Amino acid sequence: MLEISGINKHYGAHQVLTNVGFSVDDGRMTGFVGANGAGKTTTMRIILGVLSADSGQVLLDGAPLTAGDRRRFGYMPEERGLYPKMKVGEQLVYLARLHGLTPAAAKRNTNDLLERLGLGERAGDMVESLSLGNQQRAQIAAALVHDPEFLVLDEPFSGLDPIAVEVVLTVLKEHAAAGAPVLFSSHQLDLVERLCDDLVIIAAGEIRANGTREKLRDQFSTPRFEIHAEADAGWIRGVDGITVIDFDGGEAVFEADSDAASQAVLREALTRGAVHSFGHLRPSLATIFKEVVQ
Amino acid sequence: MSTETEPGTRQATPAAARTTVATHDAPSFWASVWLVASREIAARLRSKAFLISTGILFVIAIGSVVAGGLLSANPSSTSVAVVGSASSVVGESAGLTAVPADDLAAAEALVRDGTVEAAVVPNGDSLLGVTVIALDSPPMDVVNALSVAPEVQLLDPASQGGFLVYLVALGFGLVFFMSALTFGSTIAQSVVEEKQTRVVEILMTTIPVRALLAGKVVGNSIMAFGQIVAIAVLVAIGMAVTGQRVLLADLGPAIIWFAVFFAFGFVMLASLYAATASMVSRQEDVGTATSPVAYLVMIPYFAVIFFNDNPLVLGIMSYVPFSAPVGMPVRIFLGSAEWWEPLLSLAILLVSTVGVILLGSRIYRNSLLRMGGRVTFKQALRG
Repeated sequence: MLEISGINKHYGAHQVLTNVGFSVDDGRMTGFVGANGAGKTTTMRIILGVLSADSGQVLLDGAPLTAGDRRRFGYMPEERGLYPKMKVGEQLVYLARLHGLTPAAAKRNTNDLLERLGLGERAGDMVESLSLGNQQRAQIAAALVHDPEFLVLDEPFSGLDPIAVEVVLTVLKEHAAAGAPVLFSSHQLDLVERLCDDLVIIAAGEIRANGTREKLRDQFSTPRFEIHAEADAGWIRGVDGITVIDFDGGEAVFEADSDAASQAVLREALTRGAVHSFGHLRPSLATIFKEVVQ
Repeated sequence: MSTETEPGTRQATPAAARTTVATHDAPSFWASVWLVASREIAARLRSKAFLISTGILFVIAIGSVVAGGLLSANPSSTSVAVVGSASSVVGESAGLTAVPADDLAAAEALVRDGTVEAAVVPNGDSLLGVTVIALDSPPMDVVNALSVAPEVQLLDPASQGGFLVYLVALGFGLVFFMSALTFGSTIAQSVVEEKQTRVVEILMTTIPVRALLAGKVVGNSIMAFGQIVAIAVLVAIGMAVTGQRVLLADLGPAIIWFAVFFAFGFVMLASLYAATASMVSRQEDVGTATSPVAYLVMIPYFAVIFFNDNPLVLGIMSYVPFSAPVGMPVRIFLGSAEWWEPLLSLAILLVSTVGVILLGSRIYRNSLLRMGGRVTFKQALRG
């Protein structure tokens, strides 16, 4: 488990991180969400040790993270970059070897990864000759080429076409399934919502919310329900403890004062005809995000 | 893998335990340095600009040796027309070839049509018994050859002639200047390339920043030093082949010292180039950022050209770390350095190189992630 606790960081008079703390559990995909300038990149750089924090620490299984541990991280910086005038394959082998892989292992990993990311035929091409999407795939390969045990990815999906997103998703899920803690930031809230087990929301350098996706959705959900029934739903207005928000034929959205009141609506609806759906309306990540950040 | 958990619930529970066994060992500091250095060398060898400029430098080196050999092997002999008894006067003089002419008119005709540079004709009235006839200006080589010079006694003879000293000083200065500037700006560009393309952030998370800097300095120093040694070998072979063994024996020790001083002097300059380049984020700004270092390279070059006959300036130059790689070899060639002087100067150079590397790596580390505007020295040093 990777634990970030009590991190403070300032640039000049500007406090960019205030008491930032959260954890990334083994085998979990943790989404790191925040507006531009909220402190995501700074936090990730501090985790990777490229920047030092004013105070606070990064712990791995309870012990402070060492340079040796960090070598086992796969990192994808927000600012993309590889050597433009170096062949894709050579570049990945070089990075793998800097991590300590033998030449043979570096070559094997490079070939496997390029194949999986659909770049197998471009191994001999200069990075600068690749399309932006392919450069992005190469960048992901650079983060994974040394078989990292931890992944920290800053905006891994920005600039990827939908097919590449799926490819990368699959690779990341494999890593998480193999037990790797995966932390990634993204602006694409729908993607994060679909992908993440855990969520961390940061705004203005402070962690505003964090926990499992389900917990957050429960935490921020209002007692709002949606029903879709055969019969006209106008009668719901008359039920005690119910405020109808929206109503159209057999569909209605309402707020209930208590669980009992909402269940009463369901029972009543069933007596009036078929009920196609009934459910607790839980907020989307985008809604939670808006609420938390304000 | 647990087979009992259902696929749908697996995500919510902690998945398979993380494998904490490192599959590979971290490379040692020097292994990282060497990996970085090898990449630098490979990148240089693949660059057409580098190969072409190296080729040109080699051609210039060989060309100047061959030209020098031809000049010294064939001291030009001047043809003069001689009439009558004047032939005995000319015949005894070195550097003159006598072309017999029948009479004064024939000799003058030879002078006019350019066959000979001058004519020497008998003249009983003059002290030497001859008159020299030339076309439009006194032919100094002929006059000198026929003149009687008083005996000269030197109290403290210079071991080398003035013009040769100038050439040797120019040679050392030029080679140092060219190599340091070429490889210095190469290393500067390579630092900014990594910063501008942001690949540096991945590198920084992988190996220590000091290993990255050391690798770049070592890689480029190997290339610069290799180029210097190749030039030295080419010059030595060229001199041996063209029969300039005497000059080679005089120049040999100076060349060897030059190579030694250059090796350390370049490491120092390379660190400075890397450090100053890391303070900017775009290739366009490299020139401005590294110009103070470029001055440090240029000053010794111009100083040695203008002051190679000034023992005081040369003496100072041979101890100042930035100019010692040029100043000390020139003094060794002149024979004006005591045996311990190069060693002392080398010690000063070594100490300053270590100091500059420490300072440079501090600037480098503190500047690498500061994008955008130029990092000030204050920021770079404080971190």
